[in-house]
Amino acid sequence: MNSSTDTLTSSDRQAERRTDPEAAEAVVPTRVERRTRGGSRGRSRLLLGLYLLFILLPIYWLLNMSFQTNTEILGTLSFWPQELTFENYANIFTDPTWYMGYVNSIGYVLMNMLISILVALPAAYAFSRYRFIGDKHLFFWLLTNLMAPPAVFLLPYFQLYYSVGLFDTHVAVALAHCLFNIPLAVWILEGFMSSVPKEVDETAYIDGYSFPAFFVKIFVPMIRSGIGVTLFFLFMFSWVELLLARTLTATNAQPIASIMTRTSTASGIDWGTLAAAGVLTIIPGIVVVYFVRNHIAKGFALGRT
Amino acid sequence: MNKVQSNKAWFLVLPMLLLVAFSAIIPLMTVVNYSVQDVFDPNTRFFTGTEWFVAMLNDPALQGALLRQFAFSFTILAIQIPLGIGIALLMPKQGWRASLVLILVTLPLLIPWNVVGSIWQIFTRGDIGLMGWGLRELGYGYNITRNPLDAWATIILMDVWHWTPLIALLCYSGLRSIPEAYYQAARIDRASRWAVFRYIQLPKLTNVLVIGVLLRFMHSFMIYAEPFVLTGGGPGSSTTFLSQSLAIMAIAQFDVGPSAAFSLIYFLIILLVCWVFYTAIMNLQKDKS
Repeated sequence: MNSSTDTLTSSDRQAERRTDPEAAEAVVPTRVERRTRGGSRGRSRLLLGLYLLFILLPIYWLLNMSFQTNTEILGTLSFWPQELTFENYANIFTDPTWYMGYVNSIGYVLMNMLISILVALPAAYAFSRYRFIGDKHLFFWLLTNLMAPPAVFLLPYFQLYYSVGLFDTHVAVALAHCLFNIPLAVWILEGFMSSVPKEVDETAYIDGYSFPAFFVKIFVPMIRSGIGVTLFFLFMFSWVELLLARTLTATNAQPIASIMTRTSTASGIDWGTLAAAGVLTIIPGIVVVYFVRNHIAKGFALGRT
Repeated sequence: MNKVQSNKAWFLVLPMLLLVAFSAIIPLMTVVNYSVQDVFDPNTRFFTGTEWFVAMLNDPALQGALLRQFAFSFTILAIQIPLGIGIALLMPKQGWRASLVLILVTLPLLIPWNVVGSIWQIFTRGDIGLMGWGLRELGYGYNITRNPLDAWATIILMDVWHWTPLIALLCYSGLRSIPEAYYQAARIDRASRWAVFRYIQLPKLTNVLVIGVLLRFMHSFMIYAEPFVLTGGGPGSSTTFLSQSLAIMAIAQFDVGPSAAFSLIYFLIILLVCWVFYTAIMNLQKDKS
């Protein structure tokens, strides 16, 4: 996936250089025009900067607080830690009930990603290539699952997984998250697959490939950036979901997000540890988004631009 | 793309179908089952027909939650759509700066929803939060646990912070698909900045914007964790939205019958609105091809 990212960016860059607005400009701009354009560029940088500031300010405050002791947090309002402390992070990394929360969360997220992508790939292929009885209804029914509020399924899920003996396991959460992740994966992958010309399939069949061989050896590598983006979205929606994950687990598979509620005790809220735990939940997202940064915009449009 | 007619494609769909059916149809049937019964204990239950549905539709607390939910969803759509388009237009298109801005803008989307609530709780508290403290220093008696207006404004600000990036990224990808030649033609015609936006950029954006509105409506209609952590639905019940009312009813009070009826009404409203959007998307794609 990484190499494809690199080749794509370099070709993107070349394409952009070829059609660089300044170089390809047919009409030479007058001095006034050039000045106003420079002015508007400065203004748009300023506006964008303000927006980024708005995004980063709450995160900066969380980060700031995670390096402070509770007495400092509650005592004075400081814009950066007066006495830098790593105690909050140390608390989390030395206490298994804390760090196992991260392990549990990552465990069921990975499991869900694997299950979802494996069943979504053939299904998306069927939707993008074939017409079959009930295909349109089936597709809309899939999307309705994406729209189902998790709160609706709270009670039945609890009873269902309890009765089949899966309650408080990673598999339970991974399967429950399939409810919205599989439809999402099918939707995104179908968009990416539809942009691959059908002649590719036909040529492969003429060359004597069987369907499974063609699918694994030719088709999947062709849409690997789409698969990467899909995996990113599966990660994202499974990682951020709390309601189902919390309801289906008790102690063994408890996600970090629900362990965080422990920071509020009778003696008040342990702000420092809460902040540190919050910072640690942001990091996996940053790592994942870095890998798909060049395809993410297309992925958000579900492969449809 | 003209597709091949083949019912063998069902075999490709089958594994997905079984898995989704397990996690969607069985639970949904349970909900339907509960919604028409009055369950006292596992062995005693009575058929009630549509009684729960009538009761839920006439419940003033739920009507209030529904109205608040619609008000919330439409407010955030009205803010996020124009703001998202604006930001997409400002985002740089190439180089390391584009990557950096892209990652920064995506950041809020990758934070677990209850952590988003915690971040804003820390940020807006009057004693320890930068924003709460700042507003008080400016002379405004900001208090989200007392003043419903402050609570509303904060939740909307939080949602704008959290989800505007989705619209911005969608539009950004729509804008990137416009060939440079269109802009050159516009420049030769000396088209104004507004004309470029209105006649070149906006038409390209309609497709992604419909998806954006669909996704945003859906998610805002199910919002749970963020207001739950930030305000707990208060002050009073001024920020209690549908999911939270439902969770209280189903889990805390264990009113199985009424909450099941409520679930179905809730689900049907979302389905109805989304069906409208879905038909719109499909028609747009038909027009294109």
